[in-house]
Amino acid sequence: MADKVLMKGNEALAEAAIKAGCRHYFGYPITPQTEVAAYMAKRMPKIGGTFLQAESEIAAINMVYGVAAAGKRVMTSSSSPGISLKGEGISYLAGSDLPALIVNVQRGGPGLGGIQPSQSDYFQATRGGGHGDYHMIVLAPASVQEMAELTVLGFELADTYRMPAMVLADGTMGQMMEPVSLDFAVSPAPEKPWATTGTKMAREHNIVNSLFLTPEELEQLNFTRYERYQAIEANETRYEEYMTEDADIILAAFGIAARVSRTAVNEARKQGIKVGLIRPITLWPFPYAPFAKAAEHAKAFISVELNMGQMIEDVRLAISCKAPVTLCNRAGGMIPSPGQVLEAIQKADGGVSK
Amino acid sequence: MHPYKRLTLLCGHYGSGKTNVALNMAFELKRQYAQVAIADLDIVNPYFRTKDSSAALEREGIRLIVSPYAGSNVDIPAMPQEMYAICDDRRLHAVVDVGGDDRGALALGRLVPAISEENDYEMLMVINRYRPLTPDAASTLEVMREIETACGLRFTGLVNNSNLGAQTTPRDISDSMEYAQAVAKQSGLPLMFTSVRADFYEALKDKIPDLFPMQLQQSLPGI
Repeated sequence: MADKVLMKGNEALAEAAIKAGCRHYFGYPITPQTEVAAYMAKRMPKIGGTFLQAESEIAAINMVYGVAAAGKRVMTSSSSPGISLKGEGISYLAGSDLPALIVNVQRGGPGLGGIQPSQSDYFQATRGGGHGDYHMIVLAPASVQEMAELTVLGFELADTYRMPAMVLADGTMGQMMEPVSLDFAVSPAPEKPWATTGTKMAREHNIVNSLFLTPEELEQLNFTRYERYQAIEANETRYEEYMTEDADIILAAFGIAARVSRTAVNEARKQGIKVGLIRPITLWPFPYAPFAKAAEHAKAFISVELNMGQMIEDVRLAISCKAPVTLCNRAGGMIPSPGQVLEAIQKADGGVSK
Repeated sequence: MHPYKRLTLLCGHYGSGKTNVALNMAFELKRQYAQVAIADLDIVNPYFRTKDSSAALEREGIRLIVSPYAGSNVDIPAMPQEMYAICDDRRLHAVVDVGGDDRGALALGRLVPAISEENDYEMLMVINRYRPLTPDAASTLEVMREIETACGLRFTGLVNNSNLGAQTTPRDISDSMEYAQAVAKQSGLPLMFTSVRADFYEALKDKIPDLFPMQLQQSLPGI
């Protein structure tokens, strides 16, 4: 095979999962992520893996729970309405401290919404779509290459911290084609002494469960889990900064919105406007620190999103409201153009210069 | 490719670039014939469709036959109601952009009796060496057989559309020729042309026979 291959985001993600050692995929078709399932259906039988089209999203996430409990790398994928259906199962995974990868190739909502790209599941992904106190590690790819690499990272982090991880993509990331190199390192799954693999009469039973009969025990588990979350916040926050050092205006954008924003930053710089971009790669844990640092010199922030303004709340929190934060957005499956973002920058620049 | 058959059916592995080849062939046909149509029979792809170029097609006077639901939120594999025009109206020269793989080619099957009966067509397999499931002749031939089985028609030729998207270099095209010739040899089909971005044409025209320059559809400008 050539060094680089031309792949759809959904295909790159699926192949990367296979490279990461995932041999169990359970899903249900939904646009715009169906190529993940289609690719797995073609590849898994050839490599001794399992592809199973479940009868529903709810069934699929519970199959994921089963394989995760048995200690194997496992994934499911869907798009927005399907992820809502998986919410209960994701909460159970978190409550049982099980590692698994969930992929959301978002489409416009709410409800059945549409099939065009969107980022309107930011709240759901970062604040918990299921019930209870929990977090998922949430990774936001902005290229087909990252669709692959963050899938691998998702498996690794899920295993390291024994929790579900999500790749939060959007329809464009899933459908667009770019060259990809799949020649990257993958760390093998760690030992999982807690997995339900059979005692062979040599050890006590391992029990995987999210039901606790005494509130004291459940409270303690929540405390311990949140200590782990603090370690993740300290060690696993990822982001990319672009031309932020001298910037008066800072754009915040992830995924496809970050690509549009980068083009707009380049255009604005040509016009002499000092603007930069912070692109969160982990949406949870959110990169609060670089925003706080930028707020020491930047006079205005613009959150560019394919939704009605969700990440903007984290940007405001991150900068402790030291500067105004405005929203530049499209919704319902529409994508902001570089021109629209440039206009928002010019408008903010007018305010900054006064 | 001269003179063109009345119908040019473009099939191939998913993501091999059929839509760009189809659009450019339609523009080329329009330079030679009065009545030209392009039919989008893709029932697989939700985004990046022929319809994204509807303005350019209209400007050139090329009839676009496409499901009214393409590019909308109606998520059903609908066929355009006018699709029979490409068989019924024999004054038309038409390019048919068929969906990828055997699943996409299934939709073509409905038209195959009329196409076979008239027998004035080329059915071209668009190949791309840089797609991970068709990196060599053997895997490409496997996809060809699946497509032929699904639609009930045999290929008559090949189009080498090997590319790496926006990062393609002329070198990538040159490097793909050995692959394209291997597919031609093993399938027994002629390599009709190699399609490249128009700005690569000068650099490659002396090295590669039957080079076809293309204007690429811009689905996401500035991204």
